[in-house]
Amino acid sequence: MEAGSLTSRATVRGGRSIHERSPRSRAIDPLLKWFLSGLAALILVLIAFFFIRLFIEAKPAFDKFGYIGFVFDNSWVPSQQLYGALPLVVGTIITSAIALLLGVPVAIATALYITELAPNRVKAPLTVTVELLAAVPSVVYGLWGIAVLAPKLQPAEQWFSDTFSFLPLVGGQVSIPNYFIAGLILAIMIIPIVSAISREVMSTVPGDHKEAALALGATRWEMIKIAVLPYSRAGISGAAMLGLGRAIGETIAVTIVIGNAADIGSTIFSQGYTLAAVIANEFGEAASDPIHRAALIAAGLVLFVLTLIVNAIARYYVNRASRPASVPKGMAG
Amino acid sequence: MSAVAQRSLRPVGPRRRRSDAIARGVVLAFTIVAIVPLVAILYWLVKEGLGAWSKSFFTTDPTGRFLGDPGGIRSAILGTIEMVALASIIAVPAGVGVALYLVEYGKLSRFANTVRYFVDVMTGVPSVVFGLFVYIVLVVTKVAGTFAAWKGAVALALLMLPVVIRSAEVVLNLVPNSLREAALALGAPRWKVIFRIVLPTALPGIVTGSLLAVARAAGETAPLLFTAAFVLGSSADLSQRMNSLPLQIFNDVGQAQDRLVQRAWGAALTLVVLVLLLTLIARLIQRRSKLSP
Amino acid sequence: MMPDEDARTTPLDAPPDTTTEMPQPDEGAAEATPKGGSPRELAASPDRKPPPAEATAPGISLRDINAYYGDNHAIKGVSLEYAPNQVTAMIGPSGCGKSTLVRCINRMHEEIPGAHAEGSIMLDDLDINAKDVDVVAVRRAIGMVFQKPNPFPTMSIFDNVAAGLKLAGMRGVDVRERVERSLIGAGLWEEVKDRLSEPGVGLSGGQQQRLCIARTIAVEPDVILMDEPCSALDPIATLRIEDLIQDLKERYTIVIVTHNMQQAARVADTTAFMLLGELVEHAPTEKIFSNPGDTRTEEYVTGKFG
Repeated sequence: MEAGSLTSRATVRGGRSIHERSPRSRAIDPLLKWFLSGLAALILVLIAFFFIRLFIEAKPAFDKFGYIGFVFDNSWVPSQQLYGALPLVVGTIITSAIALLLGVPVAIATALYITELAPNRVKAPLTVTVELLAAVPSVVYGLWGIAVLAPKLQPAEQWFSDTFSFLPLVGGQVSIPNYFIAGLILAIMIIPIVSAISREVMSTVPGDHKEAALALGATRWEMIKIAVLPYSRAGISGAAMLGLGRAIGETIAVTIVIGNAADIGSTIFSQGYTLAAVIANEFGEAASDPIHRAALIAAGLVLFVLTLIVNAIARYYVNRASRPASVPKGMAG
Repeated sequence: MSAVAQRSLRPVGPRRRRSDAIARGVVLAFTIVAIVPLVAILYWLVKEGLGAWSKSFFTTDPTGRFLGDPGGIRSAILGTIEMVALASIIAVPAGVGVALYLVEYGKLSRFANTVRYFVDVMTGVPSVVFGLFVYIVLVVTKVAGTFAAWKGAVALALLMLPVVIRSAEVVLNLVPNSLREAALALGAPRWKVIFRIVLPTALPGIVTGSLLAVARAAGETAPLLFTAAFVLGSSADLSQRMNSLPLQIFNDVGQAQDRLVQRAWGAALTLVVLVLLLTLIARLIQRRSKLSP
Repeated sequence: MMPDEDARTTPLDAPPDTTTEMPQPDEGAAEATPKGGSPRELAASPDRKPPPAEATAPGISLRDINAYYGDNHAIKGVSLEYAPNQVTAMIGPSGCGKSTLVRCINRMHEEIPGAHAEGSIMLDDLDINAKDVDVVAVRRAIGMVFQKPNPFPTMSIFDNVAAGLKLAGMRGVDVRERVERSLIGAGLWEEVKDRLSEPGVGLSGGQQQRLCIARTIAVEPDVILMDEPCSALDPIATLRIEDLIQDLKERYTIVIVTHNMQQAARVADTTAFMLLGELVEHAPTEKIFSNPGDTRTEEYVTGKFG
């Protein structure tokens, strides 16, 4: 066994001794780590900054009308410097409710069809097609909505309004841009995301549950009712909440088709307004009027908080469903 | 389950068979309902928009005149390209950097999980709020002028950032750990492992995610409304207002003149073609990549 | 050229007196597979080459190694000498810590979040586990071959072998010459010399593992650690690598972790048996398999557990 210095032998054989790496090259690793950590920390700083600045700019409006007053007063009249956002809030609620009512069942159905009922060859093209719905920009949805959908549906809406006028929120004259069209467009826009997440959740249903039901002689639909739907309930709720968050925040498509009338419309076929639409629509005029601007920013803040809450709830449900969380790999540095 | 067991001891009666058929029919019908709007939109886009396409449509700027020649959409196309490019230059490296931190260094630490949570939060923020934020921080404060294209790009970058981070994180996690181990065992410092092994392996997936983020940003209107604002002419000057396809469409939508509405359709068709092209290229790259999520 | 198949090795951990495969005749036959038989018979067999007369590589001395995964005390006070230019096998039941211990040697253990190791690891006269030692430099002196072959997917065969040189930042080296020499040393040159620019992942399992070995020896380490290098390979590929190990010990000190006792008996000069994080016995291979000093060793090698 050879005694003697390893370092010299390691130097000769490997070209480098154990101790040797230039200080400059040794510094790169810690530098990189700090740089990337800084970037990540920036995200947190950014969001905090977001919130704080929004709040500061919105404060004048809250000061003038009070927090409750701003949200719950039913009078949005910029010309009289009145900014009670209730019509906006109500409009947001109505359009989102319609969007959920119409869009979620359709999205669940497509998810069901793709995961459980479709022939194999159709699955991939169908999935891509539904996802293409998400690629259409919202301004294009707005254009199509106001130029094609709203005029074409008006006769049918009028018929419905006349026939079912005994129902609450139905009856009277149908306006071309109205809550319903906005809700319908929103429904279409949220289908891709609700469907994608529902699909993910449904595909994690353990095969054993499904096979057990089928082995007992259940029909395909019964198997879905027994095994797939109950298992996916939490995840689908989460998906629906995510769709809700999307519907609440959608600005451009809504402002094009809702009519932008700052009143609480009497029926679903009246014109209306939402929190997001008012920002897009009135920003031009508000540039010179500080209170108006503050009010719009306050509306934005309310919108922001609403989406935060809805998305947090959505995340809770989706995490509860057995969606595999992305477990980070890579090694300690 | 006992109710099912009892039922199943008898042969499948006509009633059960019928409800099965009805339910499956309904599901299929709803699925078709989901696809109808897409087909309809594409149909109308081509029907109304193609007629607007002409050489002058793409080579002249909008004139802003209500009577007479309305002009084309050249400034809108150029503006979208310029602002989206700038936004990508900001968002993609920053996003990949944060994703690298999360996967290679932070992993499951509390800090990393907090960052992940807030990135998630960012994905749910309405795009108009990003526009508002940039408006407050950069426009109102008159940082280098009021409305400017680069500010619009910043708003778009904020929008793209969480999308890039999320998708890059997924792809980086797909790089097998054994590759990192092999590189480390050969005596590579961590930064070389990242730049010579991990990133090259993850590159197709990162490109895919970035292209999808770009496609999304190209279609956004609200963030640009109060940052880059609207202007008729083309320019390469990022410090001034700049037009963009979504804004051009938004402006033309409510107009009474048919010609302007048709220009909106033409611009919409252009925008959709652009977005679909980007999406298609992204998916093609994904299919050819060795790692697929 | 028949591609190696990527099947797992047939379990040769049979209880004693069960001969599995018949040794293949040597002349002109199909590819040979590792010799079967009980570990005891194999350990006594003269097929194993003796270590070179003069040491060309350093030995490693582990002194009181304690390794942890967080609070889990995985390696308990292990001291062990790896003699220069010898092949030492680490055997023991699953979870006994043999892989963990070996990963401490090239400081890979500490890459796992929350894991750390204490004690001295002497590479000749230098403690490479000391705080001030550059981990990266340690790994250039101590190479590792992993259980599942892991060539870099974005690189060609040539670039894979050269990767070690580039990643370890070695300059002034004639890359082509070094790549060729390494591929020859790994017994892969003849099979790939005409397709060096093809992707490394296009090779069969056994070839990929030899590629990884070439990659490891390209940086000319002193020591090669092998963590179950054949467990993902078929018998034919396994034999080729076992033969390769015999050649490699001319120039390197080799530590091989294996769950396969017959393999340990075939290739190792000395064998160390570990159990529950402790070193039970370390002795020349013949002694471990024929006349172990500790009852636990005897029970393990005769198949009573594990």
